[in-house]
Amino acid sequence: MSDKSKDVIDQLVGVLPGSALDAVRNGRPTARDNAQKSFEALFAPADAGTVLLEERFAIAYFVAALHKDEAIAAFYKEQLGHHDRNGLIGAISAEIRRGETVGPYGHYPAGPLSAEDKPGLEYQPDPANREVLGRLGAALAHAHFLVFRPRDASPDKLQKLLNAGWSTTDIVTLSQLVAFLAFQIRVVIGLRALAASQQAASVAYATTPISPVAAA
Amino acid sequence: MTDKAITYDLADRPVVFTQEQIGWAPWLQPLDESELTDRHWEGLTEASRAKSPYFMLLARDPDILGARTRTDKDIFYNPDAGLPRAERELSAAATSRSNGCIFCASVHARFASTYSKRGEDVQRLLDGGVDVDLGDRWNTLVAASVALTETPSAFGGEQIADLKEAGLDDLAIADLIQSAAFFNWANRLMLSLGEPTPAAG
Repeated sequence: MSDKSKDVIDQLVGVLPGSALDAVRNGRPTARDNAQKSFEALFAPADAGTVLLEERFAIAYFVAALHKDEAIAAFYKEQLGHHDRNGLIGAISAEIRRGETVGPYGHYPAGPLSAEDKPGLEYQPDPANREVLGRLGAALAHAHFLVFRPRDASPDKLQKLLNAGWSTTDIVTLSQLVAFLAFQIRVVIGLRALAASQQAASVAYATTPISPVAAA
Repeated sequence: MTDKAITYDLADRPVVFTQEQIGWAPWLQPLDESELTDRHWEGLTEASRAKSPYFMLLARDPDILGARTRTDKDIFYNPDAGLPRAERELSAAATSRSNGCIFCASVHARFASTYSKRGEDVQRLLDGGVDVDLGDRWNTLVAASVALTETPSAFGGEQIADLKEAGLDDLAIADLIQSAAFFNWANRLMLSLGEPTPAAG
């Protein structure tokens, strides 16, 4: 078991031990435990290999903020703050504003589904940030594509990462990181909405007069 | 030395959503079985997965692969109460249809059909998209999965109220949330690291 006091989904949703939502999460205990282990494998890895922690948190802050959830974006921004080099947070914040849009969109392989093609923003980082971002620039462009238009996939997108200095194994890690965040963020948003409905139900119950005598 | 992305010159690429068994080919080099250490085998979780190019590619980062797979299995296979398996698979198929993952949709539409015995309805979801009428309960499950799949997410109190109205208890709602959320993970890997290939022979 992971240390439950450090569970990031619990922290971001505000799950209290012994609450109704705690019980719901315990209904799928292996998923609960491994969602946290996934976070740890990506953001506190036993062996970070050649993907630096500052790169991991920079991409995570970018991805979380593109999902427009303030609490989750603030969490990853703070984590990046612990690993930042000069100017990275400011550059990522500017890139977030540049990348904001609504998905999913993109193109299908040519054929009958082409009728459903939906064009949209094909984000590239600001050339003014090229120096501070370094190879992160290519990673942000790839992360944006994964977040908003994954159906636009092509081997050429992977070649661009390779050309920017990411290895094949690095690309697997980056892809897992962005895809995992797409999961974690949705679990937090979904469970938060469920928790709100549980609280509303218990408040309604608590304020319902117990008997005509009590109400009088 | 920089690696090269792998490209294919395929005839008969799958270009529509289908419940047929199709294949998948990687755009990056998977590990070879001879390269696997104990840590890689642990990440693969099942020895049979060493035959899959998808899992052998993901095995390059074995710890996150192992945690991903254990998350996946509990969300979809844990039989203890909650949402019926058929409807967890429906959520996976609807999410895949919404994001546009032909391969993921093929696998999970098949599972949804097998467990629900409603193969024609599942096919209508694949053919017509996430707005087709599948009856009140399935419409609610599909709409909630699609709302959660949007970026930024459009999921909130309205979807929770609709799911309760459709008869889901809190654990079933959490299953729907986790099923759709998990396929937002899976779709992005499957779509971006390789491509669907025609059914073998």
